[in-house]
Amino acid sequence: MERFQMKIESLSRNEEFARVVVAVFMSRMDPTLEELDDVKTAVSEAVTNAEIHGYQGKEGTIDLDVRIEENVLTVIVKDNGVGIRDVRRAMEPMYSTDPSGTRSGMGFSFMEAFMDEVHVESEPGRGTTVTMSRKIGR
Amino acid sequence: MQQSFMYEAKGQILIIHLPKELDHHNCRNLKYETDLLFSENYINHVVFDFSRTEFMDSSGIGILLNRYKQMARSGGKVTLYGASAQVERILTIGGVHRLMKHFDSKEAAMLG
Repeated sequence: MERFQMKIESLSRNEEFARVVVAVFMSRMDPTLEELDDVKTAVSEAVTNAEIHGYQGKEGTIDLDVRIEENVLTVIVKDNGVGIRDVRRAMEPMYSTDPSGTRSGMGFSFMEAFMDEVHVESEPGRGTTVTMSRKIGR
Repeated sequence: MQQSFMYEAKGQILIIHLPKELDHHNCRNLKYETDLLFSENYINHVVFDFSRTEFMDSSGIGILLNRYKQMARSGGKVTLYGASAQVERILTIGGVHRLMKHFDSKEAAMLG
């Protein structure tokens, strides 16, 4: 297994930083451009959710833990924010609690569309951990 | 780095030149700025220029849907041009592909 971990501040400019770093790490798996784009999108969704929902735009840190096991890439995005009361509801397409009108309510749907597996663990007040994996090279 | 959008108004058409990375970070000001432009000008056609855009996530879909709904309410329309293969995939998965016509050039999108 190969692995890297990083801790970033919950800032919107780090959305791009996080997805690009993950893409560089996964490039050793020799992915197609489409696979790279898919993973970048999923990472962007998870980090954006941590920032605007988990921390509600306030200060905080987001942990990324990325692993390569044979041909499977796993990305874990963890925040210590407010957590999600009803994970099933939050994962419904078009469900959004964001009042700013910049999110579409499709964050989790996109993660599910672009990754093979997405698992969300959350509890109010105890943060959220999103674990998602994708087989590279079919 | 703050200014990521460029707007171009031609009569009743507003062309929005989207940034290279269309994510939540770069979408933050778009709603506010276009609301301002809509309040100051009579706009009945929004053209999205994707020709610079290399990355897009669901925040981009949020912006498109938002503007589409606004135009639909007032009887206007939304068209786009310059979408790459990656952007097309996101538009399809995001379900907005059929809501707005896609064109190859700015001129065609403005006529569309």
